Amino acid sequence: MLLIYCPHCQEYREEEEFSYGGEAHIMRPLAPDALSDKDWGDYLFFRTNARGIHHEMWYHAVGCRRYFNATRDTVTYEILETYKTGTQPTITGANS
Amino acid sequence: MSQNRVASHTGAAIDFTFNGKAYQGIAGDTLASALLANGVDVVGRSFKYARPRGIFGHGAEEPNAIVQLGSGAGTVPNLKATQIELYQGLQASSVNGWPSVNFDLMGLIGAFGRLMPPGFYYKTFMYPKKLWMTYEHFIRKAAGLGATPVEADPDSYDKLNQHCDVLVAGAGPAGLVAAREAARTGARVIIADEQSQFGGSLLASKQQVDGIAAPLWVASLVAELMAYSNVQMLPRSTVFGYYDHNFLTILERRTDHLGAVSTCGTRQRLHRVRAAQVVLATGAFERPLVFAHNDIPGVMLASSVSTYVNRYGVAPGNKLVLFTTNDNAYQTALDWQGTGREVVAVIDSRRNPCGEIVAAVAAMGIEVIAGHGLIEAQGGKRVKRALVAPINEAGTQVTGAVRRLDCDLIACSGGWSPAVHLSSHTGAKPQWDENIVAFRPGNSKQQERSAGACRGTFDLQGCLSEGASAGADAALLSGYGDGSPQFPQIAVEEYIEEPQQALFLVPHTKPTSRAPSQFVDFQLDVSASGIELAVREGFESVEHIKRYTALGFGTDQGKLGNINGMAILANALDQTIAETGTTIFRPAYTPTTFGAIAGRDVNQLFDPERYTAVHRWHVEQGAKFEDVGQWKRPWYFPQQGETMQQAVDREGLAVRNSLGILDASTLGKIDIQGPDVAEFITRIYTNSYLKLAPGKCRYGVMLKEDGMIFDDGVCACLGDNHYLMFTTTGGAADVLAWLELWQQTEWPELQVYFTSVTDHWTTATVSGPNARRVMAKVCTDIDLSNEAFAFMDWRDGTVAGVKARVFRISFTGELSYEVNVPAHYGRHIWETLIAAGEEFNITPYGTETMHVLRAEKGFIIVGQDTDGSMTPADMNMDWVVGKNKAFSFIGKRSLQRSDTVRANRKQLVGLKTLNAKEVLPEGAQVVFDAEQKIPMAMQGHVTSSYFSASLGHSIALAVVKGGHDRLGQVVYCPLADGRSIAAEIVSSVFYDPKGERQHV
Repeated sequence: MLLIYCPHCQEYREEEEFSYGGEAHIMRPLAPDALSDKDWGDYLFFRTNARGIHHEMWYHAVGCRRYFNATRDTVTYEILETYKTGTQPTITGANS
Repeated sequence: MSQNRVASHTGAAIDFTFNGKAYQGIAGDTLASALLANGVDVVGRSFKYARPRGIFGHGAEEPNAIVQLGSGAGTVPNLKATQIELYQGLQASSVNGWPSVNFDLMGLIGAFGRLMPPGFYYKTFMYPKKLWMTYEHFIRKAAGLGATPVEADPDSYDKLNQHCDVLVAGAGPAGLVAAREAARTGARVIIADEQSQFGGSLLASKQQVDGIAAPLWVASLVAELMAYSNVQMLPRSTVFGYYDHNFLTILERRTDHLGAVSTCGTRQRLHRVRAAQVVLATGAFERPLVFAHNDIPGVMLASSVSTYVNRYGVAPGNKLVLFTTNDNAYQTALDWQGTGREVVAVIDSRRNPCGEIVAAVAAMGIEVIAGHGLIEAQGGKRVKRALVAPINEAGTQVTGAVRRLDCDLIACSGGWSPAVHLSSHTGAKPQWDENIVAFRPGNSKQQERSAGACRGTFDLQGCLSEGASAGADAALLSGYGDGSPQFPQIAVEEYIEEPQQALFLVPHTKPTSRAPSQFVDFQLDVSASGIELAVREGFESVEHIKRYTALGFGTDQGKLGNINGMAILANALDQTIAETGTTIFRPAYTPTTFGAIAGRDVNQLFDPERYTAVHRWHVEQGAKFEDVGQWKRPWYFPQQGETMQQAVDREGLAVRNSLGILDASTLGKIDIQGPDVAEFITRIYTNSYLKLAPGKCRYGVMLKEDGMIFDDGVCACLGDNHYLMFTTTGGAADVLAWLELWQQTEWPELQVYFTSVTDHWTTATVSGPNARRVMAKVCTDIDLSNEAFAFMDWRDGTVAGVKARVFRISFTGELSYEVNVPAHYGRHIWETLIAAGEEFNITPYGTETMHVLRAEKGFIIVGQDTDGSMTPADMNMDWVVGKNKAFSFIGKRSLQRSDTVRANRKQLVGLKTLNAKEVLPEGAQVVFDAEQKIPMAMQGHVTSSYFSASLGHSIALAVVKGGHDRLGQVVYCPLADGRSIAAEIVSSVFYDPKGERQHV
């Protein structure tokens, strides 16, 4: 069970307070209707599925109800940093 | 005095039974030591060949003595006799062996052992495929893994969440001193050990520590630790899992040693510990030697023999032959000699053993036969003799004549394997070390360090100094102390040991494939020849070999056999052990009860239950309840002698003909405020809210970005910047998270704020032709006329003296008013409406009637008629999708994807059975031709199905491929019993197709 630092609450809390929100930093296209099926499909379905450094969203569902991002190593499950939505990670891997 | 009890060892007598026979042990015994004291040789039968097996070890590594404890509801299967503390009246029986362990019919299979090589089940029983289930049933029964109780567990269990600075796993010498060093710094320490007493190997040691006998030294150290208020000591507690971010689980057995069922509180407790730092001091397992028929009762680990002698005062035999590859095991010869029983000889595989202890043993007049192997044990249900022969230096061949030694006990030692399990749980890969002939823990992946034997340090002095350093280091890294041990070095008497020999398979005069079975994994009957055969059949990976041969798959998880098995595999593959590697140890370290994992989260406490403010009234009326999410909702209100169908018929007709009342409080309600609310929810819903005026409501559908329906409900405009969104009962939390997601991560520039207000309001819905009349009786400050308060309007007002919001929305298709009042007034409003409606025969109805009424109208229920793969068009709800919205709302683009616009998608239709009384089962598959061969081409399925009392026939909603173009077509629903129900595809709106009744 992960121990997650919520950047809004500024506390480490148990994983069971959070829910996972999938890969972070995926911008919704500004003009979806102008996209081809393929491009829209890429946005909709395709994720990097990184081995190693991964930036992902978490939701402090039974805490402050805020979303934030985490940089997590998908191999070791180590969480290297958490940061607020709208800010950029300080730790990036080769693939990100 | 039992036959094998050492005279000087006494204690209070304890009566127990094993396989129905009465025995006596003494206080301090384990079931295993008591059985050995009583001379019980055969304690079980092996898994595959049903060979007789005796007690082999003395702890968690025991592969053979697997027993069923107790009977009835409190019975526990698959416990190890070596870990069961004896209590008065204990009843135990072998888990396998029928009709008894001494005469096992299945033993017949053993005689044909050569016919059951590894992979036998796969090779033999897989064909014909159809019969596999039959074979498996027989195999499982024959295998005998114990019996689970069929009654509810009478015990209670609980969980404790804990934090600590330093967790020490294991209270042997290394763990104890580690805990002391950490405790001294003021760090919060938890030290746990699976045994009843702290001390580990020292409890069975004859060594002097700090000038006193080892057990006495342990007692003084334990007393010292108990004086620290910052130390929590957990005996009978197994650290069984090491998870991410230094989260560990400990199973504490609180009352198992007192009886089969607890009479004094919680039986077991699961500690869930988040530790800043961890010291692993879990010790090591002695490795058996793999020789022919090494599984005959009377063959044991050398350290186990010593433990039974020194700690329990039990000498499990008379004439001992010790077989070793190392100095360490010589202690067993000395210990045995101390009982006054005979040591026949020590067989040492090494050419020239010259350690201090070797000399000490020789000086006692014990014959040491060096450069020899014990190549075969002989005997039936007990060892009778050992065959001993000279072997070459590499230990691969017998080089001379075989000598027979009469004996009834063989103690063997192939060295020690560190218990690297917990370190492996963290992902650390064990590293092979030639010097100690064992795997050491791999590089730390978490905040942990190993100390003592589990790190491959086997001398006591080394264990003590490593433990002290580890404790001080862990304390420092958790913020306490200066990192250096503070207590003086402890003086220890011990022999300096010479190197051991690596010997994993003892040669026989015959090749492995022809020699009598040389067992590697006792519990699952994996032999050396089986592993070699697997290699000949092409297996190379240790993980594949494990699965093919079942090596390490038993309840002992290969604690004894794994290393020998891997070494034999490496040899067969002509690789080093390091190249071959080891399988991965995963939690749990030892079997853990489901009771402890469940804790108190059982029965009523399994999941929270949510009640509406009117709940008690429903209970008083005898309502039957249905679970909707965590809510308890009235399902139907049966009157005297009514069946469910009769109640639902009555309730539904009351709504259609006069008046019904529904507790709709459970619907999710989200209060949304802010200057950008209208823009925000217009991006979320498929239709537009930009022009919705205060006092108005609108029904909307939400899609996921893939275009599939996710939730639906009504949204009301309460004011210019204030909306109230209704969600489905089960979807409320997900919808709130969904709104937060888009606002926070995509459109933070929109000023919108969400508050869940589901529990704040009670919603009483009155529905039916007399709804306006009953409202007029309880509400005088709202003009209820259709002109002033139309369908899909809402009004503020006073109902029964309470400030209320009244919504004219309808899920029944009838004239309806949803009265919302603060939940505190819920029951008042409800009872006032019931009293006012009496003259109209107001009828409370539950979710079942609600479902029937809405299905008559073709209104969908998200999650029942949709399943996450349905678009609005599939549901025939294109009208709810705004075509001219400026913003590309969530999911809009996906409605143009090639897959969502293709023909032949499953579409919502009505089904009317040709036999009006026949109700289709929900979930039934729809086919176009009932006569076709199985497997039939499935064209859809029934999503909702009821008998409609209003219409006098059954109705169903279904999704059928291309259904919207198939009106009038007859389709079939084949059932499991072979029947097939014919139904006609009709419009999904069965009742009041023009929707006039809700507008009156």
